Amino acid sequence: MTTTAAPLDVAALRADFPILSRTVRDGKHLVYLDSGATSQRPAQVLDAERTFLEQHNAAVHRGAHQLAEEATDAYESARARIADFIGVSFDEVVFTKNATEGINLVAYAMGNAATFGPSASRFALGPGDEIVITEMEHHANLVPWQQLAQRTGATLRWFGVTPEGRLDLSDVDTLINSKTKVVAFTHQSNVLGTINPVASLVSAAQRVGALTVLDACQSVPHFPVDFHALGVDFAVFSGHKMLGPSGIGVLYGRRELLETLPPFLTGGSMIELVKMEGSTFAPPPQRFEAGVPMTSQAIGLGAAVDYLRVVGMERIAAHEHALTAAALSGLAGISGVRIIGPADLVDRGGAVSFVIDGVHPHDAGQVLDSLGIAVRVGHHCAWPLHRALGVPASVRASFYLYNTLDEVDALVAGVREAQKFFGVA
Amino acid sequence: MQLQQMYQEIILDHYKNPHGRGLRAPFDAESFQVNPTCGDEVTLRVHVVDGVVEDVSYEGQGCSISQASTSVLTDLVVGKPVDEAFAKMDAFVELMQGRGQIEPDEDVLEDGIAFAGVAKYPARVKCALLGWMAFKDAVSRSAA
Repeated sequence: MTTTAAPLDVAALRADFPILSRTVRDGKHLVYLDSGATSQRPAQVLDAERTFLEQHNAAVHRGAHQLAEEATDAYESARARIADFIGVSFDEVVFTKNATEGINLVAYAMGNAATFGPSASRFALGPGDEIVITEMEHHANLVPWQQLAQRTGATLRWFGVTPEGRLDLSDVDTLINSKTKVVAFTHQSNVLGTINPVASLVSAAQRVGALTVLDACQSVPHFPVDFHALGVDFAVFSGHKMLGPSGIGVLYGRRELLETLPPFLTGGSMIELVKMEGSTFAPPPQRFEAGVPMTSQAIGLGAAVDYLRVVGMERIAAHEHALTAAALSGLAGISGVRIIGPADLVDRGGAVSFVIDGVHPHDAGQVLDSLGIAVRVGHHCAWPLHRALGVPASVRASFYLYNTLDEVDALVAGVREAQKFFGVA
Repeated sequence: MQLQQMYQEIILDHYKNPHGRGLRAPFDAESFQVNPTCGDEVTLRVHVVDGVVEDVSYEGQGCSISQASTSVLTDLVVGKPVDEAFAKMDAFVELMQGRGQIEPDEDVLEDGIAFAGVAKYPARVKCALLGWMAFKDAVSRSAA
């Protein structure tokens, strides 16, 4: 990836993140390399939430008083800015609790389609139909589809993963066939860093009339993403992985699909007309936002998107690319360390997972923690992927705009320290 | 150094040279336990004769804490009456859940006292208890 823009001024940017200046474990400087799990938040996001709560807080989309008006405006303005950030229309953005809920919304809505009438027939699944996922999915984009298959009698199938950590697309034409109703896959693996070929999977799905669902949790925060350009039908991502609050996520759905997709959660706000005998439903996105929604969280995510925009997604991607290159070469230089995922930088993002011979990931993580370095250890909610690659668990360092090359050096030195501590150096 | 406090030499010794490892027969019950947050797992068998733990054998994969703790377990319970073994288990569980505030009794827990430092790390307590949960489960099945 190349960019002509000036590199990030990381030192200036770090000053926006209060937590990055704290110390941990007896005075060690925090080296936060776990943004793939959750990112830290800049003061601008925290301030936006606080200002909203101090000045404008009210239940949105109900009430006619001034605060209700201001809160609704702030909420809908956040939706519009987030939509713009991902290249879609405001009414194609549904706020959810998180990405997991977004995927469950689609899976449950499809499960409801069989009894929802003819308008929803294209979403209905049954015995003989197939759902296709991949072996590198996060559990959030795996278990809901397993469950949907169980509820409907459909069959779950999946793409395997090559030893290098890429999708094995050799059987794409048999796997995605006329029985396929949904193809759900991750844009960027949260473990391997692999960026998947969205265009070729979307065209394979479109050839057979299958819907596509993209897990964009690890892509939208890290590089420019335009869902209309990608051509996916649905996509999800989480606020807390992109400098925003937890408790807010986004489901994108193509307008014509959201207009006919049956509801998932029902109740207040999502209705058009309610009688004792039955109800009709509001148009999207309200149809999928039952109850009083998370409001300050949406405002916070709007502020996070504003922040990312000002910094520039191309520059963030270029910065993470440099960090990833340094981490891959630094770790490759240590004997006994094996990278889980692509060793090169082609179609690869800033999640770097690895195993150390003779040092269990949990123990390696403990040594790193004692040095102030926060990494993720375990299977990172991708247990089948670890099984497929023949490792029970791994250590993952994941980078974001506020990380530095010095922090990558600290990671590499910390891994050597772990080897020394456990006597395998 | 915090790290040395947690990884006592005794723990590292048991990790590198585990006692009683391997699955053996005869056995009366087997338990498979997994830590869903990290994927560590243990399969543990017990052989109980006349209320006495005759043998504990196990296979597993996991971090030094989970593996060493299971190795210590076999030292503590093999040859003991079930109620004494359970008393040791209760003492170990109490130690692990004590957030580092409990003074362990070496007469009861022997090498198990080395895990006192682990109790200060809540994320690792489950590791230390994995084998013990398998032991508890297997013994209760063997009595069924």
